[in-house]
Amino acid sequence: MTTTHDPITARGAAQPTVGWSPWRRALWYHAAFWARTWRGQVFSSFLFPILYLAAMGLGVGKLVDAHAGTVQGVPYLDFVAPALLAMGAMQISANESMWPVLASFKWTRSYWTAISTPITPRDLVFAKLSWVAIHVAMVGVTYTCVLGAFGVLHSPLAILLPVAAALTGLSYAAPIAAYTATQENPNSFIVFYRLGIIPMFLFSGCFYPISQLPGWLRTVVQFVPLYHGVAICRTLALGQGTPLVTAYHLAFLLALSGLGTVLCVRNFRRRLEV
Amino acid sequence: MAQVGIPGNATALVAARGLVKRFGEFTAVDGIDFEINAGESFGFLGPNGAGKTSTMKMISCISPPTAGELTVLGMDPKRHGPRIRARLGLVPQEDALELELSAMDNLIMYGRYFDLPRAEIKRRALSLLEFTQLSDRANDKADNLSGGMKRRLTIARSLISEPDVLILDEPTTGLDPQARHLVWERLYRLKSEGVTLVITTHYMDEAEQLCDRLVVMDRGKIVAHGTPRQLIERHSTREVLELRFGLNGHGPHAESVAELAVRVEELPDRLLLYVDDGDEVLAAVHAKGLTPESALVRRSTLEDVFLRLTGRTLVD
Repeated sequence: MTTTHDPITARGAAQPTVGWSPWRRALWYHAAFWARTWRGQVFSSFLFPILYLAAMGLGVGKLVDAHAGTVQGVPYLDFVAPALLAMGAMQISANESMWPVLASFKWTRSYWTAISTPITPRDLVFAKLSWVAIHVAMVGVTYTCVLGAFGVLHSPLAILLPVAAALTGLSYAAPIAAYTATQENPNSFIVFYRLGIIPMFLFSGCFYPISQLPGWLRTVVQFVPLYHGVAICRTLALGQGTPLVTAYHLAFLLALSGLGTVLCVRNFRRRLEV
Repeated sequence: MAQVGIPGNATALVAARGLVKRFGEFTAVDGIDFEINAGESFGFLGPNGAGKTSTMKMISCISPPTAGELTVLGMDPKRHGPRIRARLGLVPQEDALELELSAMDNLIMYGRYFDLPRAEIKRRALSLLEFTQLSDRANDKADNLSGGMKRRLTIARSLISEPDVLILDEPTTGLDPQARHLVWERLYRLKSEGVTLVITTHYMDEAEQLCDRLVVMDRGKIVAHGTPRQLIERHSTREVLELRFGLNGHGPHAESVAELAVRVEELPDRLLLYVDDGDEVLAAVHAKGLTPESALVRRSTLEDVFLRLTGRTLVD
């Protein structure tokens, strides 16, 4: 980008630039912030899934395998492991899109700081959602390596698990951040967590195939992004599933992410450009 | 680049005509006109709620005007917001620093929004921290800085892009006198370096210290404009005699001193007599047999101008 020297001001000298687009600069903010503060999150992001995995595999898994033999043709640990990644993606993304987003509007006011520079509300949305996706993918890479070490991956497609996790995360982050942009206080977050996130976690086929559920509940679950995320992760890890069904799951997550992003841009603009 | 379309004044950095800002039914800014020239220090003086911050946000190209014309640096904020903002420095009313990060990192993070190279930001940051007398606190968390230091860090932050126009919304509200004077001194230096300053304040002494020209705002309208000197000459007398009558109040005395002054203002705790020669009038007050508990002769200030124009005081 070139800066024209302006004859009507005393200053206006050309500024040196790197040449990054505005949303990428805003994304850098998230990465740089993370690089300065990541130590505090290591436990929840990386250690937690490993603990879960150990508990599920050694505890529940042993019990299930002793009674039922296998689930969908694989040991219980192999069945549940990829689902835990999708679940982690949901949890991280939901958290990231509630309190931190509200804080950037209301308490640290860092969104207001950003828009006093060449950054626009749309840049902020793209940067935030990209960062959530990257963050989830980073956790996904670690987690996939752990799964490999546990020996529960059955397909080379498992290399795509971090991408599937990122998409699952995005399908939560975008609509939730759009909602947060309309809020003045965090009161509803905890309700959403208890009545939304936790039931999704219990009924989306993480711990058992949804064929175990009554018919009406199976229909409801079709509208839950985590169900689709779990299905894709399981397909990649186990090498099961058909392309058509996988395309259906992908389409759902992409559509929700896209719609959420549009709403997010609209709501960020409404809140900041007043 | 397009020049500002004002005949005979091609140098206006900011020009507004009939500028309006409404929030639903509420009109915050009610059709104001002004021009800010390169290199000057321009003030918006008025009480809280006068529409100053809304005006600032429109000039900063953050908040779109509801109606009227606005050009900033010769451009239309609606179409060139990011391009204009690349050349503005904004010191908002609330510092909004990243409290978790060091002073230095605050400057680096902000500088990156302008796409400046890291090495360049570091170089500028070091000299700005020195300019704002924060060099020895560069690696301290922003959270650990005092109020005055946070304010100075916010000013340093706004200067990282070497802006043509520095916009300051209430730069010293909430600071102790020593911290205020330090901020003023730094702003004065920037001005002498050719930076155009746009300042809102509800402190008349700040406006007198810093502003070459100013407009007085009240309830969304501009009620007067000029240099501080012009405003005082036009709307007040040379001197003011302040009389306090203690606990019994000045009620009964207001009328008897009225004939001695050009104008008398009654404040809750004192009477203000607008006069040309304060000492002479004080003698006349004593000659009438009145014995005020205390009497003070002072020069007229912008506070008196505001009182005259609106019937209210600036700070309440």
